[in-house]
Amino acid sequence: MMTNLGNRITQGQFSFLPDLTDEQITSQIKWALKNDWAVGVEYTDDPHPRNTYWEMFGIPMFDLKDPAGILLEINECRKTFPNHYIRVMAFDSTQGGESPAMSFIVNRPKQEPGFSVVRQEVDGRAVRYTVRSYAADKPENERYS
Amino acid sequence: MSETNDNSKQEVLPDDTEVDLQAEFKNSQIQEVLDKLDQDLIGLKPVKTRIRETASLLLVDRVRRQLQLSSMAPTLHMCFTGNPGTGKTTVALRMAEILHRLGYVREGHLVSVTRDDLVGQYIGHTAPKTKEVIKKAMGGVLFIDEAYYLYRPENERDYGQESIEILLQIMENNRDDLVVILAGYKNKMDLFFHSNPGMRSRIAHHIDFPDYHTDELFAIAKLMLAEQSYRFSKDGEKAFGDYINKRIQMEHFANARSIRNALDRARLRQANRLFASASKKLTKLDLMTIEAEDILLSRVFKEDRLDSDAETTSSNRS
Ligand SMILES: Nc1ncnc2c1ncn2[C@@H]1O[C@H](COP(=O)(O)OP(=O)(O)O)[C@@H](O)[C@H]1O
Ligand SMILES: [Mg+2]
Repeated sequence: MMTNLGNRITQGQFSFLPDLTDEQITSQIKWALKNDWAVGVEYTDDPHPRNTYWEMFGIPMFDLKDPAGILLEINECRKTFPNHYIRVMAFDSTQGGESPAMSFIVNRPKQEPGFSVVRQEVDGRAVRYTVRSYAADKPENERYS
Repeated sequence: MSETNDNSKQEVLPDDTEVDLQAEFKNSQIQEVLDKLDQDLIGLKPVKTRIRETASLLLVDRVRRQLQLSSMAPTLHMCFTGNPGTGKTTVALRMAEILHRLGYVREGHLVSVTRDDLVGQYIGHTAPKTKEVIKKAMGGVLFIDEAYYLYRPENERDYGQESIEILLQIMENNRDDLVVILAGYKNKMDLFFHSNPGMRSRIAHHIDFPDYHTDELFAIAKLMLAEQSYRFSKDGEKAFGDYINKRIQMEHFANARSIRNALDRARLRQANRLFASASKKLTKLDLMTIEAEDILLSRVFKEDRLDSDAETTSSNRS
């Protein structure tokens, strides 16, 4: 966190770069489609790094030829959750693959308050760390408003 | 997104800037598609002319945009009307190719759907279904067969209306992403447009597909056979001529589609005949030849004899 000014969360690809433009997002999706990966749009307002499973915005999209359809879905999701994290996932379904092939953030809350670290001293001098998002103090859907 | 397109900054080209339409035409390689259209499809003169005209219009429009004479993307949505089997789907495929070569669609694929693919069974089902189809068609052409079934005025709460509204929105807002072609019977389509003026106003090109004449149907039959390395014998040819004349007057006649089906069945009978005569020496030519008897066994020829016979119920598309 200390190297990351402004508390932007950095998960998935490109997250140390400035936010991708729609044009850049389109190019990335093109690459996914070219590889026959299924593409899905997901959202969350729980930025904890261990929160791996975000909510799906609709079902993953198979058999698309052109990125415009996915951009349409991203924009729908942005409209519905303007202040959530939204990411695009590409899934490689080929046998033996069967795993996410791409994942990158396409929308983030305007204010990202960042994380606190709680240190707990246990068993002599051992320390356990807990990372907590300040935003997650509030209930779901009220975190970034 | 194109707000950065500040026209004042772009230099205005002088009126006598030279334009090489022929070169543009050549570069687009649409002649190839038009030629293929000419060769592969028998008849359809008015359709071919309209496609040619539309291609020219789009080409000129593209050049005009390059010269900043127009900036709006033209409306490309179309409507193909005509009876079944008149070549609407086939021509739509070619249209997708032409639009692709002219750069009006990015991929040039065709997604062909009917009401069932767009409209759901319960509340909340239709929008995702329609959007799913739209997303698949993006970058290409969405071909909606018998589009008028989307509109069911007898049922006020029909989900088709929801699908129409989503389509209208996409047809307006995503003109660069998707071209929609509606297809179906002429009279039903006219009625549909009458009650859906929004749809009518978004369709720029209407193309009507006439029924084929018997000689055209015959030429189509020969072309279809040749494509599969078959031919008629002299008698077979005559028999098929008779077949067409009879079939055309019967129910459920579907132009070229009926011809294709008839030929499929003729090939089946030919195979049976060859098999039954296995004791005879066969040649390559035998395997290629459709004889009169392969045609004459069709139900079409029994019709007048078996008119009231119970057996005729077995099939209605022989
Ligand atoms: N003019 C034509 N020449 C050759 N084949 C044709 C012609 N028109 C239609 N066909 C063939 O007839 C069949 C039905 O055509 P299709 O395009 O599906 O008709 P529609 O969509 O109008 O019902 C296809 O197999 C097509 O290849
Ligand atoms: Mg058809």
